[in-house]
Parts: sequence; C-alpha cells; structure tokens
Amino acid sequence: MEATKAQVTGTLVGEISRIPGGERIRLCIQCGTCSASCPNANRMDHTPRKLIAMARAGMREEVLSSNSMWLCASCYLCTVRCPREIKITDIMHALECLSVRENVSSARTLTPTMYRSFSDFVYSIGSVPEPSFMILFYLLTNPLRAMRMIPMAFSLLTHGRMSIKARRLKPEAERQFKAILDKAEELGGI
Amino acid sequence: MKYYTYFPGCSSSDGGAKAYGMSTEAVARALDVELIELEDWNCCGSTPYTSVDELASFCSSARNLALAEDKGLDLVTPCSACYVILSKTNSYLKEYPELRAKVDEALAAGGLEYHRTIKVRHLLDVFANDIGFDEIASKVKRNLGGLKVAPYYGCQVVRPGPSFDDPESPQSLDRLIECLGAEATPFPLKARCCGGSLIISEEDLALGLIRKLLDSASSNEAECIATVCPLCQTNLDVYQGRVNKKFKTSFKLPVLFFTQLMGLALGIDGKTLGLEKCIVSADKVLAKYVEI
Ligand code: SF4
Ligand code: SF4
Repeated sequence: MEATKAQVTGTLVGEISRIPGGERIRLCIQCGTCSASCPNANRMDHTPRKLIAMARAGMREEVLSSNSMWLCASCYLCTVRCPREIKITDIMHALECLSVRENVSSARTLTPTMYRSFSDFVYSIGSVPEPSFMILFYLLTNPLRAMRMIPMAFSLLTHGRMSIKARRLKPEAERQFKAILDKAEELGGI
Repeated sequence: MKYYTYFPGCSSSDGGAKAYGMSTEAVARALDVELIELEDWNCCGSTPYTSVDELASFCSSARNLALAEDKGLDLVTPCSACYVILSKTNSYLKEYPELRAKVDEALAAGGLEYHRTIKVRHLLDVFANDIGFDEIASKVKRNLGGLKVAPYYGCQVVRPGPSFDDPESPQSLDRLIECLGAEATPFPLKARCCGGSLIISEEDLALGLIRKLLDSASSNEAECIATVCPLCQTNLDVYQGRVNKKFKTSFKLPVLFFTQLMGLALGIDGKTLGLEKCIVSADKVLAKYVEI
C-alpha cells in the first residue's frame, strides 16, 4: 500500500474516464451546478466545476496537488444534480486515489492522513476501533490537538461510547480478508 | 417473521454508536424482524478506504457481499456510510465488467465467489417499506403525543441512489415519526451534509455545516432530531458543545437514532435503547411525553 512513483499512463482525463464512474467526464458542459450544490466549494482551491475543466485541460499537477477533493464530504449532491449525469463524487475519489499513488497530496489538509490511518486499520484487522484510530491520527498530525480532545474522549467514555477493545475477526477470517486485499494490491488498482 | 442478514458496521456494533445497534436489535425483535448478523463481516471501508485505494475498497465490500450470498437474504445495515459503500459495490460489479473481473480474482484468493444476487438495504427502507407504517402504528404502546422531531436523513441514505426515497426531499422518516404519534417538523436541511468524517480532519469546516443543521432544526421548533446514521448522530450530538463554543450559540438539541424513538413508542425501556448514551441528554424532553 505504499505510494509508488507516478506511473503516467496517459492524460489525466483519459485515466479518469477509465475508472468506474469517471466515464462521462468528457460530457461536462461546465454549467456549474456541481459547484453551486457543494457545501464545501468555498474552501476548495478549485470548485468541482473548475477542477473538471482543469483535468480536461491536462493540468495534472495542479489538480492532483489541490485540496479540493480532500474537502469533498461525499454528500453526492453534485452527482444527483448534474444534468450530464457525471458522477462527480466518484471522480473526487479517483483523484484522491491518484494523488495518494503519486504522492502529491496537498499538505494543507489533514484528510489524506486521516483517511490513511483509517485504511491502515481496515487493512490490518478488518475493523476500525474508533478510539485507537483517533489517537493514531492525532498523534500523527497534532499531539496538541490530542490534548484538546481529552474532555470529549472522557465524555464519550462516561457515556459508554468508547470501547477500548477492538473487535477482531476470527483468525481464519482475518487471513482470508488479507489474502483478498493483498491480491487487490497485486492487481495494481482499478 | 421476516428474516434479514444483518450488517451492523463498526460504529453501531461496538463503537461510538453502540446505542444504534442496541436499539436496532430491540426494535427488530418487537416488530418480528429477525436480523441474523453476518458472521465475521469486515469493515466496509467507508469513504476513507475508497479515497485511498479504490480497488481494495471494492474488494473488501465484495467479501461481505459474497459471505452474505450463502443465506440469500437481503443484507440490511443501519449505517448510511456502510449502506452507500456496499450498495455501490454491488451495483458497480454489475455495471463494470472490468472491475468485476479484478474483484472476482481478488475474492478467489480468499476462496470466495460472488454471483451478484444480494440486495443491500438500509434499515430505514426495511422498516418503512417491508414492515410498513400501518403495521408499526398498530404496535405502538406509548404514543409519543406530539413530540416535535426534526427528521434528519443526511446524505448517503438517499444519494446517489437509485434509492427508496427522494434524493433531496425524502419523506419516509417523516412518515415513520408520525406513525409513532410524534410530529415531524419542517426541516429544510433534512438531506444536507453533516461533514461526515471530515469532522476529524477539517473540524472548522464540519462545525459550520453542523451549525447550519442545528439552526434549521431549532428554528423550526424541533425538540429533538432523529437520525439514521452513526456519523450524523456523532457529529450533531458529540460536537454540539463544540459548535456552541465556536459560534457562541446555545443549542441543546438531543439527537436520537430513529430506532430509539421507535423503541420508546413500542414500549421498550430507555436503558435497552441506550438512551443514556446521548451526550446532549434527551431525558427532559422525552419525559414531557413518555415515561422512559
Ligand atoms: S454539474 Fe455536471 S455538467 Fe455541470 S459543471 Fe458540474 S460536472 Fe459539468
Ligand atoms: S459530493 Fe463532494 S464535491 Fe459533490 S457536492 Fe458533495 S462535498 Fe461537494
């Protein structure tokens, strides 16, 4: 699961259009419905509409190193509203995966690190124990923030909402799960 | 008796939304619904996995689908994030043969096959459409007598679809609330985003979204909010104090799982429903209408 060097297999728009959900990207008419629907567009380096225009213009680096897709909350509002039935949310996910693979993720958002710590748990034990995941994430990013989280953690604990023990799969199930994911990795992505 | 394969998801099984799992199981029993937990299910991967390694994310969801196929029952989950990932995997495996070939190969490495015969359902869909409002109303033991509830759907239960309800103005939770005797308040932002897991990495951004939701609910005089997703509940409940601090607001809106409200109406006690796990206590509001 390590970031490998950029393997440029063609244009960005070509790559996206080969990914499930990305096939209609060339049909975008730049109407801006996606940007107008997006709850987080105002914080993105480039709005969803512009990001699509940039991808089509071949601005690979600018697109992949932007913070835009990392501020996508996967609310799917753009996707259900797009008059060209472009699956913008899927394109956001695809851009995230590409930026991780090419190791160019924006440093101005903590989302890539957060997603990575989460995914590491999924891979290693097949479930995500929330407290350990949060602790790992805060230690990786900002230990001071971990301190700020203590009162909240305490309140979750006293309300019986934090289990210290992680749920584990049976050993044979865990082995099966890993075998599947290792094979997926070997297949080299979508 | 109706039977389903049950996929609780990490959060409702043992995480921060344990009360969702507890109330789901209790309500299912009261409605003669048998939820048979999928053995050795793995985390669906949610949005983070999809965003880091999409193929791995499809494969891990496909493992759950393949395991569920043995029983041949619909796979039901109370978690909207699990629902969207599992159902998207399910439909993409049908739509995209190249993806299917890769996923099949990965599954084979674990000795599994998936023939794409399973239906993925959200718990709200099952209660609203399989059990039905009339049946639920007929089992109400404690009418919630006018309690004003903001019906909060969030995003992933109705989008991207195709879904059992309207993607922008859904109604099924409204009707469910009403068949318990409670009142579903108008809630213009009922299907808008709470920020999801961005609350962890982009707290300021998510707090802004949560504030808008709390504003919309309280300005329409809701006394509490009903949710259908562990993430939504956590963001609106656990982070409500943070919103108040940041925006100098004074929200005190209890945020309940819809199954907790159903459970109360069906005569189940508050402890079994995990009511004490709400950070913003619901006791005072509920006590006006029912004995907890
Ligand atoms: S809504 Fe669709 S067609 Fe319009 S700008 Fe966005 S992606 Fe393009
Ligand atoms: S899915 Fe992402 S890009 Fe689309 S509207 Fe929602 S947050 Fe914005």
